[in-house]
Amino acid sequence: MIAPRVWCFGDNINTDLILPGPYLYRSPEEQARAVFQSNRPGWVDQVGKGDAIVAGFNFGMGSSRPAARSVRACGVGFLLAETINGLFFRNAVNYGLLACECPGVAAAFMEGDSAELSLEAWTVRNPRSGAVLAVTPVPAQLLALMRGGGLYPVMEARGLIAPA
Amino acid sequence: MGMTITEKILARASGAARVAPGDVAVVNVDTAVLLDLSFLPEGWREVLKVHDPSKVAIVFDHLVPASTVQAATCHQTGRAFAAKFGIERLHDVGAEQGISHAVIADRAYALPGSVLVNGDSHTCAGGAFNCAARGVGGPDMLWAITTGTAWFRVGETVRYDFTGRLRPGVTAKDLFLHIAGTYGAHVNQNVEYGGPGMSGLSINARRTIATMGAELSAEFTIFEPDDALIDYVRARNAAKFDPVWPDADATYKERRAIDLGALAPLVALPDAVVNQSVPVSEVAGTRIDQAFIGSCANGTLDDLEIAARVVRGRKVARGTRFIVTPGSQAVFRAALRAGYVETLLEAGAVVTPATCGACIGGHMGVLGPDEVCITASTRNFKGRMGDPSARIYMASPATVAASALAGHIAGAEEVFA
Ligand code: SF4
Repeated sequence: MIAPRVWCFGDNINTDLILPGPYLYRSPEEQARAVFQSNRPGWVDQVGKGDAIVAGFNFGMGSSRPAARSVRACGVGFLLAETINGLFFRNAVNYGLLACECPGVAAAFMEGDSAELSLEAWTVRNPRSGAVLAVTPVPAQLLALMRGGGLYPVMEARGLIAPA
Repeated sequence: MGMTITEKILARASGAARVAPGDVAVVNVDTAVLLDLSFLPEGWREVLKVHDPSKVAIVFDHLVPASTVQAATCHQTGRAFAAKFGIERLHDVGAEQGISHAVIADRAYALPGSVLVNGDSHTCAGGAFNCAARGVGGPDMLWAITTGTAWFRVGETVRYDFTGRLRPGVTAKDLFLHIAGTYGAHVNQNVEYGGPGMSGLSINARRTIATMGAELSAEFTIFEPDDALIDYVRARNAAKFDPVWPDADATYKERRAIDLGALAPLVALPDAVVNQSVPVSEVAGTRIDQAFIGSCANGTLDDLEIAARVVRGRKVARGTRFIVTPGSQAVFRAALRAGYVETLLEAGAVVTPATCGACIGGHMGVLGPDEVCITASTRNFKGRMGDPSARIYMASPATVAASALAGHIAGAEEVFA
């Protein structure tokens, strides 16, 4: 899977930056328009479909709000971070955002690089530098949810919730 | 090889003999708590089946009494859902109103040794009760109420052993700020608290520390049980429970000792909770517009008591707003009976009904551009309590109350000397 463009973010990117409090009460579409509005205004217009986010430690720290859904709705193809906050990771799994931990990733990519992710080899490659890093594998049952669009389709198929 | 408290609870709840770091445990959920925000139309779906209505509780807290039409609509959806499936534990606006984690504590819904999920990140508050309580997302909550289960990645555990006793005027919040300032984030790790000094901490103090586990980015934060805890739970909940101690040969990522008697009041600088703690003296004199005491972490009776003690017979500085929000209406009533509310009001504080309110920049204490606030709540992130240009310092309720009197950041030492 190739991300045409990598967007680099630092450590401790919190959920208030990804999905600001006042937008909690708006539609998912409006929420997606607000991503990173205080730390990186205008980013939602620059990010392209399939692009990757590369970040530092504890990405998504903070609240249980559906910030992972907003990141996915921006068109992000996958997210790699040194570490991912546990609650954000749950939401990534459950909303179907491909998000993996990858030690060393923050130093290995510069903004504007592309990135090649392999979920067979669990590696990511930087075509510019040739660097190849190991990605921490996501347990199979969680990966299946992440790639299958998360929990909602499963609950719908099982008749637990009504279709949207 | 032995297991930690978290591992033992998750193993039992998943029907496995043992679980270890790296495993994914699919567990039976004992209690699932929905909030008013759970019923926001952007995330809620019509539920066709509830696994076990007696295991569900609903607490309206972020937007109470309804602050907008949308909030009122969430409450209507929640009430209709409770009625449809016969969910009896509905904490609506009224006598049983409160922040979910405070209500869970008041009623001892988080039973020792059990598993609790709630669609709010500070659910680890229930860890004070030796409960594997974890904040999860909206889809997790729908899954838990419809299937009765949840998945957890099992992380490594860091164990803190407390010795000694906190000095007068030094609170659980200072202890937390010491841990957050010294050790930083605990991503993907469980945090467990025990040691000979633990029983010297009140249940409310343990709640403050457990609640703030969300700010350590921990998976689970759990206290060892003791007699005080077991008595507390028995007095409030007739259900059977089975507390869990760690195995003597449990494997920890690290074991850290903290001498409670050596701690002093701290303040976290604005914009982040961890790695930001400084002594009060370092920021003393910083002018403030607002002082806030409340939230699931610091809206306990202990917090109102210490705030009242600091302001007794004195006045809030001119030009400073002092807002106090009890964690639940039950706490509010207890504080009223104890005289704390009157003391706070006489000093010039505004005491609000129990709600998340100012903590989340919702209502009753939102900050304007460039304002400065000192808060005894959970988060000081940029924009958390209102305008993104506002600066939010975080401290103990004693330090916040002393700052409200001074009109700038100040310690409360003289009250406790
Ligand atoms: S009081 Fe604050 S931290 Fe606690 S649940 Fe409410 S908004 Fe969240």
